[in-house]
Amino acid sequence: MSANEARHAGLNLGVTDEATREQAGSAVLGFWVFLMSDAVVFALLFATYGVMLPGIASGPTPAAVYKIGSAFMETMILLTSSFTFGMASIAMKHETGYGRLLGWMAVTLVLGLAFLGMELRDFATMFGNGAYPTRSAFLSAFFALVPLHGLHVFLGSVWLIVIMVQVLVFGLDARVKINILRLGLFWHFLDIVWIAIFSVVYLQGLIA
Amino acid sequence: MSQGIWPAVLGRFDWTALPFVLAWDNPTASEIIGAGAASVVVIGAVVAVVLITWLGKWKYLWSEWLTSLDHKKIGVMYIVLAFVMLSRALIEAVLMRMQQADAINSSGFIAPDHFSQLFSTHGSIMIFFMAMPFLTGVINYVTPLQIGARDVAFPLLNSVSLWLTGGAAGLMMVSLVVGRFSTGGWSGYPPYTELAFSPDVGPDYWIWAVTLGSIGSTLTGLNFAVTIYKMRAPGMHLMRMTLFVWTALCTSILMIFAMPPLTVATALLALDRYLGFHFFTSDLGGNMMNYANLFWLFGHPEVYILILPAFGVYSEVVSTFSSKELYGYTSLTIATMAIAVLSFTVWVHHFFTMGQSADINAVFGIATMTIGVPTGVKIYDWIWTMFRGRVRFTVPMLYSLAFMMTFVIGGVTGIMLAMPPLDFLVHNTLFLVAHFHNMLIPGLLYGMLAGYHYWFPKALGFRLSEKWGRIAFGCWVIGFYLAFMPLYVLGAAGMARRTQEVFEPAFRPWLYIAGLGALVLLAALAALFVQLWLSIREREANRVTAGDPWDGRGLEWSISAPPPEYNYAVIPQVHGRDPFYAGKRKGEFYAPAAHYHDITMPKNSMTGPVIGFVGAAAAFGLVWHIWWLVILGVLAIVGTVIARSFARDVHRTIPAAEVAWTDMMWLQAVADATPIPRQIETTSANQGLAEIAT
Repeated sequence: MSANEARHAGLNLGVTDEATREQAGSAVLGFWVFLMSDAVVFALLFATYGVMLPGIASGPTPAAVYKIGSAFMETMILLTSSFTFGMASIAMKHETGYGRLLGWMAVTLVLGLAFLGMELRDFATMFGNGAYPTRSAFLSAFFALVPLHGLHVFLGSVWLIVIMVQVLVFGLDARVKINILRLGLFWHFLDIVWIAIFSVVYLQGLIA
Repeated sequence: MSQGIWPAVLGRFDWTALPFVLAWDNPTASEIIGAGAASVVVIGAVVAVVLITWLGKWKYLWSEWLTSLDHKKIGVMYIVLAFVMLSRALIEAVLMRMQQADAINSSGFIAPDHFSQLFSTHGSIMIFFMAMPFLTGVINYVTPLQIGARDVAFPLLNSVSLWLTGGAAGLMMVSLVVGRFSTGGWSGYPPYTELAFSPDVGPDYWIWAVTLGSIGSTLTGLNFAVTIYKMRAPGMHLMRMTLFVWTALCTSILMIFAMPPLTVATALLALDRYLGFHFFTSDLGGNMMNYANLFWLFGHPEVYILILPAFGVYSEVVSTFSSKELYGYTSLTIATMAIAVLSFTVWVHHFFTMGQSADINAVFGIATMTIGVPTGVKIYDWIWTMFRGRVRFTVPMLYSLAFMMTFVIGGVTGIMLAMPPLDFLVHNTLFLVAHFHNMLIPGLLYGMLAGYHYWFPKALGFRLSEKWGRIAFGCWVIGFYLAFMPLYVLGAAGMARRTQEVFEPAFRPWLYIAGLGALVLLAALAALFVQLWLSIREREANRVTAGDPWDGRGLEWSISAPPPEYNYAVIPQVHGRDPFYAGKRKGEFYAPAAHYHDITMPKNSMTGPVIGFVGAAAAFGLVWHIWWLVILGVLAIVGTVIARSFARDVHRTIPAAEVAWTDMMWLQAVADATPIPRQIETTSANQGLAEIAT
């Protein structure tokens, strides 16, 4: 088995760290499986959103409460953070020092928090306009789906901080490397979910 | 309790939440039974604590079992949990049968509300805290051994899964003592379980117990799918795995994809109840039918999560006790996978009457009947395996035979129910109750009991009493037929399920027979406990240290009984199916290894018990609106996970010398054992070494 053969989907450690590459095989597959399970949760919430969409109950409509400009900005921020996390992964794989790795992780963290801040501001605006979850089934479905993604981003940010601390404490040992591979998958997965949210929730909401 | 500081500290708890207080105020039979059940939980807990303290076994229990990451010990703990919960839920079933037999044109001895709690806990426990732990336990114990691995892919996660399940089961037990359980059935349908109709703590107990359990099961599925994909011994190709491992793989995949719908259903119901959302309410656009879809998107695959491992056990047992290679191995693997895939395409048959179009019902009805095809293939394969084999009627084999007969009857009534026009007639009647018990008792319970008898000598090192095994078997089978065949008649005659009082005297004889059947089933459980007690007492006479009491076929029989912590002193090399059966006939086993190496195993961890306990405490806080406990619990879980991620000293090494010594001791025991022919395998002559017929 050559050192360049993939042991799991996604970025492999390859020749840079043979021993960890072997361990990463089942560790990363396990995380992929978790993501698939998580994807089922999101799929069902999307389906529920679709079912609940007509349940306006004479309350606010999607077109009336969604701010597409803000959602677009959030999309750009999150996509950029995925790019910066990619740079962090490459630094983890190829760099000997930790400077660039920590730098890119810090940029990712800032972008993640910026995304969360904007999203919370959007929610506050919606509440202010009478669009709160107890108002109608449609809003219930919205506030189950979109904040759950936000909660994932929040947990991802906590995880980023924990790993940055661990890089400082332990250096790049096998477990830290594997956890960076996993967090990378998680972060990119949240991007994909967000793209679905942007398309299914926000863009569809423009159709009044 | 509703003034001053109390609501902040105790949430919505008050003294009338205790069944003792209720029984004191209103001493009816129903309340006294409730208080009696609560006392059993309290006294049971106190006796257990006192006994462990008196024996001085806390340290042993904590370091050898509770914090262990050994898949074998985790498996055993799951099965212990399953037996405890089986006892409770079976007693509840007996109470319900007695009530219905008693309540013909009278109110009986159990109040309607109490009766509703009984059928809700009976169903929830049997599915989530008896069946799931039992099959998870067997999979845990057997799978790594059969694929030639030293442990699962994620040992710590395995312990967390166990303790989430344990914490959830604990919450079920607490609901007997503090407050009341849901009256909404095991499926918890809204809008009845919404705040508008059930403002009490009952549905909340159900929501959080089921949610904790389902998260545990999702993680178990993840763990075993990765274990089976990545941890197989060299040469153990997918098509060389035992059929039990195949069913474990399919069950794991089903858990990964089918448990999330349940988590979503219960989480959305919780949002409705706690934060006033409108998913399933009757107003403001809520749609309870969406709940039925979400719940059964889980619920139907769940049926196959339960049944497939039993199919795996039967495949092992039938092949071993017929001394024949499994007939139609390839067709069995394909059938297993086909069932796993089809199980996602039939969920609507649980609510044909919900109002969707006839076309949709027809599609799901046909899909449902299709599942009968791969299942039929399996039954034929097992029959062909026995054909011209030397069948030995040991206890596991008896369960397998009873399963084949009984399961086919249940399958036929299933095909009847798959026809929407017929389903409309018997929907929500005892016909349905008879059908699913007819599937799950042979299709799960008999299978797990067969597996329990089959692998018990491997796990504990001695055989179970054959005589009491047969008595228990007889009771399980006779009891089943007596208890459930009458329900078909009653259901066809129109008796609704979950009925607390009966107004048709013509039902009386059938209800009496069913009641008698329930008592026989209770005797069956008692016989199992007697068997366990006697077998432990007579263990020295029934040791099978050499490890192969049944002339077994899979790798798990090629090591000592009980196996060492690391399973295999040297990871075996696999050359084909039934590697041990073929190999021992070529003299390939029972030899010392050329070299022994140091073995690295995970250290014990208290992460699992802490997460399970704190998770259950947080869930209890959610049930009673004790918000400080919820916040503390969630923070403690997050903190535990982060703290554990900083732990680096998580492995310990077993030196090669110790491995070699252990192996030598076992090989000496093998050399001292007398090989026996199959005719006397159920006698004390069986020391775990099979005579190789030439």
